[in-house]
Amino acid sequence: MKALVCVKRVIDYNVKIRVKMDKSGVETDNVKMSMNPFDEIAVEEAVKMKESGIINEIIILSIGADTSQETIRTGLAMGGDRGILIKTDGQDLDPLNIGKIIKVVSEKENPDLIILGKQAIDDDCNQTGQILATLLNCHQATFASKVEVNSDKSINVTREVDGGLETIKVSLPCVITTDLRLNEPRYASLPNIMKAKQKKIETLDVNDLSIKLDKRVQTIEVNDPPSRKPGVMVNDVDSLIEKLRNEAKVI
Amino acid sequence: MKTLIIVEHNNDSVKPSTYSTITAASKISDKIDALMIGYNNDSAIDELKKSDHLNKIFNINKKGLENPIAENFSNHILDFLKNNDYSHILSPSSTFGKNLSPKIATELDVQQISDIISIIDSDTFERPIYAGNAIAKVKSLDKIKVLTVRPTCFEPCGLSSNVEVETVMFDNTEVSSVSYVGLDESKSDRPELTSAKVIISGGRGMQNGDNFKLLEGIADKLGAAMGASRAAVDAGFVPNDWQVGQTGKIVAPDLYVAVGISGATQHIAGIKDSKFIASINKDEEAPIFNFSDYGLVADLFEILPELEKKL
Repeated sequence: MKALVCVKRVIDYNVKIRVKMDKSGVETDNVKMSMNPFDEIAVEEAVKMKESGIINEIIILSIGADTSQETIRTGLAMGGDRGILIKTDGQDLDPLNIGKIIKVVSEKENPDLIILGKQAIDDDCNQTGQILATLLNCHQATFASKVEVNSDKSINVTREVDGGLETIKVSLPCVITTDLRLNEPRYASLPNIMKAKQKKIETLDVNDLSIKLDKRVQTIEVNDPPSRKPGVMVNDVDSLIEKLRNEAKVI
Repeated sequence: MKTLIIVEHNNDSVKPSTYSTITAASKISDKIDALMIGYNNDSAIDELKKSDHLNKIFNINKKGLENPIAENFSNHILDFLKNNDYSHILSPSSTFGKNLSPKIATELDVQQISDIISIIDSDTFERPIYAGNAIAKVKSLDKIKVLTVRPTCFEPCGLSSNVEVETVMFDNTEVSSVSYVGLDESKSDRPELTSAKVIISGGRGMQNGDNFKLLEGIADKLGAAMGASRAAVDAGFVPNDWQVGQTGKIVAPDLYVAVGISGATQHIAGIKDSKFIASINKDEEAPIFNFSDYGLVADLFEILPELEKKL
């Protein structure tokens, strides 16, 4: 079986983001970038499946500027076999466009399994996997916290839903999006990082894919969130109860 | 302008997220219909009929649609839309809506706008990005707007109406081969986190799962839901679905009580729409105090029994 894992380069989750003065977005100059944490979980899941003999090839795909090669290398160091970079000039692409690009790659590579994070921690859209499954007309299993491949090659996926844990059975090919508790991504070892440098990354220009990329959502401005009023410290339980009862009137 | 609401329900009852979505829709236009897809859903329909703001409810009641399999719901919605025109299609941004809505948008070749928190006008909306650390004001250039709505940002609609229900049949619409294995429902006598008026949550400071019993008595007295930080969930103190935060449940109760929670950014992102936040932590430098209306620096193991007794 072949797996395609899609990874996005985003501002590292430990970085405190700053909104640009002109409100056009958030500051990305000289900011540490990393692989989207949910995509790391996707890579880890594919690597685990390769280790258990279910998958024999893992392709790491990213869409972005040249710098996204680093993100692909991270995936290769974790255990991916080869990479594909769909090169853009670094512009923000709507998830629908991203879905259309991945579809083209997928139709060329014919993976049995496409795994990606449930959302990117920059735009928080939570759409790409669902869009892709719809464009490819295949099953989707989103927000996965457990993936089990059955002997008939169908897959049981346990999904984290609001009311608990839902399990569905899907058939291949399918799109799986990963939730936090699916696994703990490994750190790439130094020898594996060195080995990853020898692995092949194919680069294609997005303009050569004959997809019409259009912007359907315009960002008018980006602002800081409203801040909360500063609170007060209380000295003991009695004054806490008094404040909650008589000032806030919430108990 | 006409808006369609995709109803979240479990055939027995309507999820509160739907009522918040109706309120959001009422800020866009006054022509709002709702579409419910399910099987043996009479009691959910009886509930939904009472919703204010709705013009009409369409009901697809068909065997095979008892569970919210995204492929099935999407196929039926698409067939429904062949004979019904809407300018806006809204779903709650619960796991139900997040799973389903992008499929509808994709079939219509529209770019969905996710998780809106406010409505500026019929095509301009605000939504959180970077875990709520920034708010983007965005404008849809698509003819049909497909939106998911953050339920905690809109009050539920009133329930004093009696809306007309029309049953629609789609016998030939495909039911997909995805099979529903089951739902391991989190059972609790307490209110649901996402709709509770009061929530009490514990963090890493609780030290172990047993100590969450210290919160139970207080939760009982306050009629509160119980939650936890990601640190407490990752440490295995309590089940996954207790997790409050950007990567867990987004909550907005009248009162949120944070006990032994330091206040990581992703936790704050999930609670900052609460009306009041009270926190108890022994570390006076804990970031949670910067976001709290009331803070108490104390050892929670001494304070919790006292709090329970005095409430």
